[in-house]
Amino acid sequence: MSIPSIVEAARALREGSITSVGLARQVLYRIAMVEAQLHAFLTVDTDGLMAGAEEADQAFAEGRDIGPLQGIPIALKDNLTTRNLETTAGSKILSGYVPPYDATVVKRLRQAGALIVGKTNLDEFAMGSSTENSAFGPTRNPWNTDRVPGGSSGGSAAAVAAGMSLGGLGSDTGGSIRQPASLCGVVGVKPTYGTVSRYGLIAFASSLDQIGPITHTVADAVLLLEVIGAPDPLDSTSYPHEMEPVGARLGRGLEGIRVGVASQLGGAEAVEPDVEAAFFQMVSAMERAGATTLEVDLPSTEQGLSAYYLIAPAECSANLARFDGVRYGLRVNGDTTEQMMSRSRADGFGPEVTRRVLLGTFALSAGYHEAFYGQAQKVRTLIREDLARAYRQCDVLVSPTSPTTAFRLGDRTDNPLAMYMSDVLTIPSNLAGHPAANIPIGLDRHDLPIGFQVMAPALEEALMFQVASAVEELAGFDTTVPFDPSHGLRGGVR
Amino acid sequence: MWTVFCEPWAGRVTKQTPVNLPSVSVEIDIAHVARLARLDLSEEDLDTYGRQCQELLEHVARIQAIDTTGISSTSHPLPLTNRFREDEVTTESGLGRQDVLDQAPDTEGPYFRVPPALEED
Amino acid sequence: MSWEAVIGLETHVELSTESKMFCGCPARFESEPNTNVCPVCLGLPGALPVPNREAINRIMRIGLALNCSITRQPVFHRKNYFYADLPKNYQISQFDLPVCVDGFLEVGGTDPGRVGIERVHQEEDTGKSTHMGGDGRISGAEYSLLDFNRSGVPLVEIVTRPDLRSAAQARAYGQELKLLVEALGVSDARLEEGSIRFDANVSVRSGPEAPLGTKVEIKNMNSFRSLERAVTYEIGRQTHLLSQEGTVVMETRHWDEEAGATRGGRVKEGSSDYRYFPDPDLVPMEIDPAWESHIRASLPELPAARRTRYEQMGVDPTMAATLVAGESGLAGLFEEAVNLGAGPSQAANWVTGEVVAALRKASINSVTETGLTGSALAELLEMIGQGKLSGSAAREVLTGVIAGEGGSGQVAAARDLIQISDTEMLAEVIEEVLAAHPDEFSRLQGGEQKLVGFLVGQVMRRTRGKADPKLAGALIAERSSAR
Ligand SMILES: [Zn+2]
Repeated sequence: MSIPSIVEAARALREGSITSVGLARQVLYRIAMVEAQLHAFLTVDTDGLMAGAEEADQAFAEGRDIGPLQGIPIALKDNLTTRNLETTAGSKILSGYVPPYDATVVKRLRQAGALIVGKTNLDEFAMGSSTENSAFGPTRNPWNTDRVPGGSSGGSAAAVAAGMSLGGLGSDTGGSIRQPASLCGVVGVKPTYGTVSRYGLIAFASSLDQIGPITHTVADAVLLLEVIGAPDPLDSTSYPHEMEPVGARLGRGLEGIRVGVASQLGGAEAVEPDVEAAFFQMVSAMERAGATTLEVDLPSTEQGLSAYYLIAPAECSANLARFDGVRYGLRVNGDTTEQMMSRSRADGFGPEVTRRVLLGTFALSAGYHEAFYGQAQKVRTLIREDLARAYRQCDVLVSPTSPTTAFRLGDRTDNPLAMYMSDVLTIPSNLAGHPAANIPIGLDRHDLPIGFQVMAPALEEALMFQVASAVEELAGFDTTVPFDPSHGLRGGVR
Repeated sequence: MWTVFCEPWAGRVTKQTPVNLPSVSVEIDIAHVARLARLDLSEEDLDTYGRQCQELLEHVARIQAIDTTGISSTSHPLPLTNRFREDEVTTESGLGRQDVLDQAPDTEGPYFRVPPALEED
Repeated sequence: MSWEAVIGLETHVELSTESKMFCGCPARFESEPNTNVCPVCLGLPGALPVPNREAINRIMRIGLALNCSITRQPVFHRKNYFYADLPKNYQISQFDLPVCVDGFLEVGGTDPGRVGIERVHQEEDTGKSTHMGGDGRISGAEYSLLDFNRSGVPLVEIVTRPDLRSAAQARAYGQELKLLVEALGVSDARLEEGSIRFDANVSVRSGPEAPLGTKVEIKNMNSFRSLERAVTYEIGRQTHLLSQEGTVVMETRHWDEEAGATRGGRVKEGSSDYRYFPDPDLVPMEIDPAWESHIRASLPELPAARRTRYEQMGVDPTMAATLVAGESGLAGLFEEAVNLGAGPSQAANWVTGEVVAALRKASINSVTETGLTGSALAELLEMIGQGKLSGSAAREVLTGVIAGEGGSGQVAAARDLIQISDTEMLAEVIEEVLAAHPDEFSRLQGGEQKLVGFLVGQVMRRTRGKADPKLAGALIAERSSAR
């Protein structure tokens, strides 16, 4: 029995053809079958899920309908705080931490009736592109368990791809939703910066972080984003105005849409041949479907990776300063406050986090601030200007989401720079604050999913989804992970 | 299963050769940086991190060669200004005493407890 | 060599807003420890700051009152340093774009002058550490206890230029600033409670033209007296060091009130590297001229202007200063009495003299808690002017009015204190006295002037003290010289 999409499930629940308890059981069955192989979750809230499902069925029976997600199981990346449910951000320093409050997005999901399946694995504090940096062990790719699911939202992407949840939330700082969605063959969306509240998202890099949906279909992503995206008085960076409903232009096709292909992105050297071929095949298909396509020049985007690897560590060095063993989390004792803090942090942070905190601290320190952080923020402006210029010629930009398909576990762990290259195509949208989506379009020669990225100007989610859903239709990609109950998932781990 | 298509688009994109910005040498006093960041690392770890940070910084430091005269810094991706709250006490986000102290590694009565400080700030 | 001290002051003023700077917790921190806290001011993972508009209004009030320019696009920065009572281990503060810059404050006292204000910036307060064990001081403590109720209370820092040259000037500046902040109604401005806190940067150089010496920061002064003493001590310490060919070390020293000395702490390593950068959790502020003029229009009369106005009314400058510096009810009393026709000089005299003394005697803190109003004072002064009350009777009336016995006239009548200052009435009494003491009267007529006093005494006796003694004396003298 295949797991329905959120839109299908929501309709079926209201028609009475399925029950929420049935959905929850189906999800828990999947978890029982494949979670041991995948390790997509850090916490599965079985009791909460079942209790919520019973309540939802009760509500449906009584004709109460509190919101579009009533009775739908959703998985949350473990850097979203959940009241009374352990939240670790994948870090030893927060092992056992139980927050006293819900993130705004969690509140909004609950208000819309969603059920929380559990908390998904991630690279520690969302720093990474493979979910191998989790303090609690890596997650594996459901398409091939020898491979990484991407990261940092690898747990959510794997959970959704493997049917362990109908949808999930991730966070995207440099590609952390789109890249794992690409590697796991699902839809992943990074909305415009500010359109989804960050209150309760454990910050990595505040000016880049955005929460977004990971789902099987574009329509599901639209539905989740409609629920979580709203102005929030608790996040002063949240966009306070009404915007065009994100699903307003679904189904309008590609007629008259001007699609830009950036030479720097589409033809980047590091893009694998299968990825490149699938990408250009899709661009041609879009042309045939009525879009006009053109090449655009984004000269500064090449420096995006460098700017990103200065800005994100700098912000993270301050954001992670609060983990000091005083009020919550891990404490390693010492004779003085300073010693206690230094030991707790050294012991509590993994190597990638330690590296970025050191990098960021240095980039901000006296004498280097202007040359590093200051310059990076100016380069960021140049990239925004590049994109603004491009959007005078075209409506959306497209590129592969990731230069490669899922790589093997351990392949890049010893080479931080190579790992960082995974984000080269996704980073520009974060630097500019623009929305971007991954849509799975096919498989490579190893049967690994290939993702296609649609980028749009700030606040143009409706346009982005219009194009994304047309791409989804053109690709006709089946997001269901091949799963043989007698053999489980493909790959080396059984 | 996947065959490489040579669709018309593939030939139309200009392959970009990366702009080679000059590499920059960076000196890091990694022990000082670790002290600033309150990270109690072993000599060996300091050495490793020092080398890795150096390598990364020398790569990213190339952006110093980009001409940014007259370019302002990006402060926020959207042109928002003046987001304030009114001066009102809101209790809904407040926490009960137990919520506050529950997660603390060490407490005494209603207080958090820490080892002595060496200096005042 | 004549040494010259160069002093700059950094003053932290805690704003008395309802809620904290970046969250909705109450900004009062006298509550039970760790009760006025939320995810934001406790620095919990995921929490975000949202700035309090009223705090920005208030810092603008302070800045404008200090003749500063308002920055059009001020920015909040993160100031990074680790400390157990700083929940995020960075303080949201301001760096190169503070809300207010470049002002001044005119300071009076024995050595009046204009003190330059470099900047006024907005930040958030820290929690409170209590050092336990040892001698209660930070050194030797066994552990520390933390209360975060104060964490996130809006704090304004006012930084002077190094324009001060003596401890007395530093004190005068501090006092004038406190008055200003009180007049603006932006803070409780209580030194003892830490809602206004002074740090001094002191250096000494060999003369007015010499380059600046090494500066030492002094902290922990919680009264104007200790501010003056600490600066005096520090100038002495540095001058002594330099005269002995020693060197002053750049450091932070703490004032020890009991020892009457500043104490050196550990020399801090790298603590000055605060790694400031704009807080990405906050969007830019934009203070347009309309906002600024709205705040400017709402400023009350400031202490200096009020002093000048009183002086122009004829009030002695010292008294004018006392009125402005005193408890606010006194100035109100003065103004009301003058509005009702009392002479400003006499009213000021009474308010700063008799009224203050009477309140002190009755152990009353504020005149507003008593029955004394401007109209009662005006009436009292009028009765004095009409000769209806003697000095002692007037003081007694004042005591009665303060005690709530009624208006001045009422109290004077009820206590039977009104003087006989009617010439005809008094002349009758005098005739009776003269008739009763013919001997003394004839000796007076013979030139024994001192007998006037005796006869006045007799008049006072007959009138049970209600006669106006001056008038009686004049009338007797006139009668004795008449033939
Ligand atoms: Zn609070």
